[in-house]
Amino acid sequence: MQPPSQQTTADPKRHAPDTWVVVPLFNESTVIGEVVRGLLRSFDHVVCIDDGSTDGSAEVALRAGARVLHHPINLGQGAALQTGFSYVATKPEARFVVTFDADGQHRIEDALGMLDLAKSEDAAIVFGSRFLDTRTDPGVLKRIILKTAVSVTNLTTGLRLTDAHNGLRVIRSDAVERIHLDQDRMAHATEIVLKLGRTGLPWREYPVELLYTDYSKAKGQSVLNSVNILVDLLVR
Amino acid sequence: MTMMWIQILLVVGVILAGIFLARPARGDSHLALRRLFMLLFVIVAVVSIMVPQWLTWLANLVGVGRGADLLLYALVLAFLVTVATSYRHNVATNRKLTLLAREITLARAAAEDAGRGDAA
Repeated sequence: MQPPSQQTTADPKRHAPDTWVVVPLFNESTVIGEVVRGLLRSFDHVVCIDDGSTDGSAEVALRAGARVLHHPINLGQGAALQTGFSYVATKPEARFVVTFDADGQHRIEDALGMLDLAKSEDAAIVFGSRFLDTRTDPGVLKRIILKTAVSVTNLTTGLRLTDAHNGLRVIRSDAVERIHLDQDRMAHATEIVLKLGRTGLPWREYPVELLYTDYSKAKGQSVLNSVNILVDLLVR
Repeated sequence: MTMMWIQILLVVGVILAGIFLARPARGDSHLALRRLFMLLFVIVAVVSIMVPQWLTWLANLVGVGRGADLLLYALVLAFLVTVATSYRHNVATNRKLTLLAREITLARAAAEDAGRGDAA
């Protein structure tokens, strides 16, 4: 699970034709334009699922060049991801789906590296993990919450991940077609691991860096929301 | 300390409500149970109105002093079951709403894609 570093000078558009980037979008108008423009430098297919944004995020994403789908009402990030998956499933050219957060905390180089790994090692699923190296410092409280989330995820899924609730994932189309997310809200992060794990397809983890900007810190998961995630997972 | 009958009954009732909450939703048996429960409720209510002493007799039988207290306990239990069922109902309705909204989203996207010669 070492990061393949030999590809750093490779063509940034090497994965563009067969990869769809799915970006759940809810009220991120200040950053989504830059995120989409960044993604389009490496990918041809960037799909934003506007989850009922009220701040004009959809228009910003559209002007930046993304394909924008609209949820008629706000459903939650998990629902937006699943809508993206269902949409990509209608595209026969799509071999890989990249899930990417709209708030700009992921690095595109990491996504490209994960795709390299998926293709070179024939992995169906690559999970991004911020805890495989020391680049990311989430702070003490957040680290405790995230580590608890990982424990709960590992306990319920049987996989051995080092990071849960990381929005950067690479999923091969056959794996995408074999899962359906029922958790509309944030508990989907555990659900997606659970359901991908059940497919029995080969998976890897890849060290990624999360860019904790002031913006993403302010938007991030509150401590109380982890209670919601737990209840959503346990009480169905 | 010896457990009173009412304590056992209430604890069992609370646990059953909890299990009911965690159980996957099943349409028909769920509805049938609710109707049976309603029937039982009506019968008990009518009997209690016609023969008020009966409630106190029943209360004494399970270790509660007054019929009114028993009524309160039963009410708490009924409230818990109501919360549980309405929560489950809510979850099921949200599920349907999500699927409906997704269908609308995808139908619109497909129409747009067809309109622009399928360029994602």
